[in-house]
Amino acid sequence: MKTKEMKEKARQERVLLWRFLAGAKRYFAASLLAAGITALADMVNPQIIRAAVDCAIGGKEGDFPRFVMDFVNRLGGFAYLGEHLWMMALAIVAVALVQVAAQYIFRVNNAKGTETLVKTMRDRLFCHIEGLPYAWHMKNRTGDIIQRCTSDIDTIKSFVSEQMTSIFRIVILLVLSVSFMLSMHLRLTLVALAPIPLVIGYSLWFHGRVQAGFAECDENEGKLSAMAQENLTGVRVVRAFGRERAEIDRFRNQNDHYTSLWERMAKVLSRFWVTSDVLSGIQIMLVVIFGAVFCVGGSLSEGEYIAFIAYNAMLVWPVRQLGRMISELSKAGVSLDRIAYIMNSPLEQEDSEAEEAPLDGDIRFENVSFSYDGGAPMLKNISFTMKAGTTLGILGGTGSGKSTMMLLLDKLYDLGPEDGRITIGGRDIRKIKTEHLRRGIGMVLQEPFLFSRTIAENIGIASPDMEMEAIRSAARAAALDDTVTSFAQGYDTVVGERGVTLSGGQKQRLAIARMLTRETPIMIFDDSLSAVDTQTDAKIRAAISQRFGKASVILISHRITTLSAADRILVLDRGRIVEEGTHEELKSGGGIYQKIYETQTGIREEAM
Amino acid sequence: MEEKNQKHLPWFGIGKILPYLGKVRKKILIMVFFGLVGSAMDIILPLFQRYALDYFVRGGVFDTLLMFTAAYLAVIGVAACSNYISCALATIIEMGVNRELRQKGFEHLQTLSFSYFNRNSVGYIHARLMSDTGRIGGLVSWTLVDGIWRISYLIGSIGVMLWMNWRLAGMVLLILPLLAVLFSVFQRRLIRVNREVREVNSRITSNFNEGITGAKTIKSLAIEEEIADRFTGETKTMRQKSVQASRLRGLFAGTMNFASSVALAIVLWKGGYIAAEQVGTFSVFMSYAEGMMEPLRWLVDIISDLITTQVNIERFTNLMAVKSDVVDTPSVVEKYGDTLNPKKENWEPIRGDIEFRDVTFHYPDGEENVLEHFSLKIPFGTHLAIVGETGAGKSTLVNLVCRFFEPTEGQILIDGRDARERSQLWLHSAIGYVLQTPHLFSGTIRENLLMGKEDATEEEIREAIRAVSAEGVIEHLDKGLDTDVGEGGDLLSTGEKQLISFARAVLADPRILILDEATASVDTMTEAKIQEAMERITVGRTCLMIAHRLSTVRNADLILVVQDGKIVEQGTHRELLGKKGYYYDLYTRQYEDEATAKILA
Repeated sequence: MKTKEMKEKARQERVLLWRFLAGAKRYFAASLLAAGITALADMVNPQIIRAAVDCAIGGKEGDFPRFVMDFVNRLGGFAYLGEHLWMMALAIVAVALVQVAAQYIFRVNNAKGTETLVKTMRDRLFCHIEGLPYAWHMKNRTGDIIQRCTSDIDTIKSFVSEQMTSIFRIVILLVLSVSFMLSMHLRLTLVALAPIPLVIGYSLWFHGRVQAGFAECDENEGKLSAMAQENLTGVRVVRAFGRERAEIDRFRNQNDHYTSLWERMAKVLSRFWVTSDVLSGIQIMLVVIFGAVFCVGGSLSEGEYIAFIAYNAMLVWPVRQLGRMISELSKAGVSLDRIAYIMNSPLEQEDSEAEEAPLDGDIRFENVSFSYDGGAPMLKNISFTMKAGTTLGILGGTGSGKSTMMLLLDKLYDLGPEDGRITIGGRDIRKIKTEHLRRGIGMVLQEPFLFSRTIAENIGIASPDMEMEAIRSAARAAALDDTVTSFAQGYDTVVGERGVTLSGGQKQRLAIARMLTRETPIMIFDDSLSAVDTQTDAKIRAAISQRFGKASVILISHRITTLSAADRILVLDRGRIVEEGTHEELKSGGGIYQKIYETQTGIREEAM
Repeated sequence: MEEKNQKHLPWFGIGKILPYLGKVRKKILIMVFFGLVGSAMDIILPLFQRYALDYFVRGGVFDTLLMFTAAYLAVIGVAACSNYISCALATIIEMGVNRELRQKGFEHLQTLSFSYFNRNSVGYIHARLMSDTGRIGGLVSWTLVDGIWRISYLIGSIGVMLWMNWRLAGMVLLILPLLAVLFSVFQRRLIRVNREVREVNSRITSNFNEGITGAKTIKSLAIEEEIADRFTGETKTMRQKSVQASRLRGLFAGTMNFASSVALAIVLWKGGYIAAEQVGTFSVFMSYAEGMMEPLRWLVDIISDLITTQVNIERFTNLMAVKSDVVDTPSVVEKYGDTLNPKKENWEPIRGDIEFRDVTFHYPDGEENVLEHFSLKIPFGTHLAIVGETGAGKSTLVNLVCRFFEPTEGQILIDGRDARERSQLWLHSAIGYVLQTPHLFSGTIRENLLMGKEDATEEEIREAIRAVSAEGVIEHLDKGLDTDVGEGGDLLSTGEKQLISFARAVLADPRILILDEATASVDTMTEAKIQEAMERITVGRTCLMIAHRLSTVRNADLILVVQDGKIVEQGTHRELLGKKGYYYDLYTRQYEDEATAKILA
């Protein structure tokens, strides 16, 4: 059962790799062909030397194929060539030209194939990731995903472009040189080949065994790295407790331990290199000695002997690599598996009947219930209507489901078929195109993300080709302009990971400005002004209502002063609407709203 | 990015890391020696083939076969031993250098002032410490041993060729100047192209980063397509540049290969006559002539590597060159010891009075003064609250009291004496610090608690845990105090971590306590516990609190209000409310939030 699953998984991985190879295959095919030609050209030189030594200079008859003999005879026979050695030298140069050309074609095509593959992998992964549902992004750790997109792609890249082609080239070289050797002398070929299985076998055995050592090194490097990370993150604690000495000792222990593991590995690895060195050295020696014996015995000519040694040299070195390469093949499987995890995650689904419906109608929730991934229900039977162009206020505690409602409205989470429905202008949002809907809903997330670009670019990111004046005007409405102009580089200040860090309130205002660059028919402020002081809050809201009088606005807030501006207010508690009405109605309705209203006005009065 | 404006350092900056090689100097010498021996053996090996052809085959006798085999095996044996030593040493040196650099880097980081940590992200510093150092060691050892091996092989084979037939050798060597020209033509371009490829590659990585970290925002703005377009634009450039680079590399390698065939052709053309007499010499000559090109091809690759590594060296040495802004004077060090070798016998006990006397301060990377002629007395036992918006600069005073930064002008007095008169470690060992994001170190709970007081008894530990009501946390766990908390304490919940970090501070029993209150929400039960513990541990200490909770603020003896980095208001809770200024607004907002949250919960 288990092996069946593994086989199926391996098959899927192969299918995925095959799909990634689209567009790259022809380059790889061309590069393999060129590699074959190069290998073939490699075989010719020793034959030219052999002909020169045996026939042209040595004056013997050569047993070369018919077409070679015909060609030589047309040139004037070996005796003539012996007097005009430059002609044979020219043959070497001619072969070299073919070889160099083929090699160039190999390199370029291999690079094209590799880069096409890498580009395809990166592009598809990136686009796939951008198309994955919001829920997927909530569930997966960013660091892990980035790792999969960078180092796992590198592993696959080197698997295809280096390991696969190398193995191919080695095998071709092996087959060709062995057949050329066979054509010259059977027994010497057997002498040459006898130690080869030993070399490959030893190399395979060794590399299989040494994996555990590498894994241990990797693990300890990880530990050391984590230790450094921890120290840097906790630098304040370290200093405050005067723990520098202890930290240094701790780091040194792990540093030394890790280094000593590698020192041990160094010896093991060197032993392997040297053993295979000795094995191949002895193999060459055997060929030299037995070749000489056969030469004296008369079954091998001098030229053949020299050629034989040349072929043997081509054989010995690559064979040593083979063991390592085969043992590393499994790494690519692991990486493919990790990438397949992303590629196999289902994308956001779009209903086939979805259209770009107008978004300036009434918004209705009809019996909406929802829970995340089968967890406890977040929303229970929510129903309400919000008239187009009005402002809706929502009040609710943590976990009351208010943010969930907004994520559902923006289709960042999908409602199941049994979970009721949400309509805009009477149309189920499932039947509205997702991109169109999200572009029509301006929403500021509680923790807005800033891109590592300038402030101007960050504001204008949702609306390309924006004029600077329009960007500034949005910033002014979000009460951000004064702050930005106080920076030395103004709107060209780079923010985000590699730039200036903005305060919580500044970030929120930037996100609002970003939203305002699009004149959206629906706007959502999900606690977006929590880090902004009351006066600025009021200023921003005034500016917004002046700009977009007709938009439908949803305000989520704790502040009664903010909520009181809404045409209608919902009070949410544990996924249910517990109160609903205007500010006037609710403030004396005897419910939660009234309590909060009284507490908040009470504070002001008390403080006065 | 950084690579763009790099200067060309002499010897690729290797000189800068020489001071770190002290411990491996001897090993390097041994490695070089055996590298030379190995290369000599490799030069000798083809000569056996020559002997076999010229003596055995031409002579038709095998009288010396035994000697021949013995000598051949001896050379293989010597080669094997010396290769073993030089290869093993290369790895050992590589790792040794890396270890040394990491250790020195780590130790240096422990002494750097906070301005460095504020300016640079953890990821950035971590990369300097771990990745950059990792590349330097490999360069030192492998490039060296490879270089020695190849260059001596080149020189050796030229020597052998000259010895066997200097006329023919001279003709083969004629192509060397030609190669030198080719080399200089290609080298520069190859290096430039390689650098361009690396730059695009690092842009792609940061694009990946952004596309994944910012995915939620990207989705809600529905700008997936624009972001993806931008990305595929970069990958397209990457493909172009890489293919361009490999064209150039292919062209270069091709020319080099061609040159080695030309060398072979020269040997055949001009040296073919030798074969009639000494076929062995002829065949060996060819293998030397062909092998000559390999070291040259290698040289180009290695120069490109050296340039890459130069960046790593520069980054690392830049880190080492950063000076701490806060340094104890030599006389202070003499009396009180330094961080690594404290002289605790000379430390005076601390009372806990703090005074700011006419302090002016701006951050090393800022221009504007955030404090100007600021004076404030904080006698022992005072509870001082600092309030303001996130990112407004509330930590400034704390940073100064802890001497994470020094005042630009004026003095900070501890127990009536300038803080600079005593060592940083003396001060730090008297200050307890509780962070808003509690930080534990991997290890057991006990180990973390002992950070507060190394020689605490079991009873003292229990006492500290009781003091912060963290018994519940410990009881919950299978192994009690010996439970592993995981990396950064992540196996515990935030609330649990917070309580443990309180206990750690209590165990240290500091006269001065710095509290950086959490903004992160924990459940109400834990919240109440933390609150209670906090009230208990602040008793009988001078407390500086970066405060978010109203109860903390209200009960403080003095409140400082910070806006845009500066102290804008100062006074007791009553006084400040009466002013109806910024504090009033902050306070009412906070009150609204807390009261509302309470009702809604």
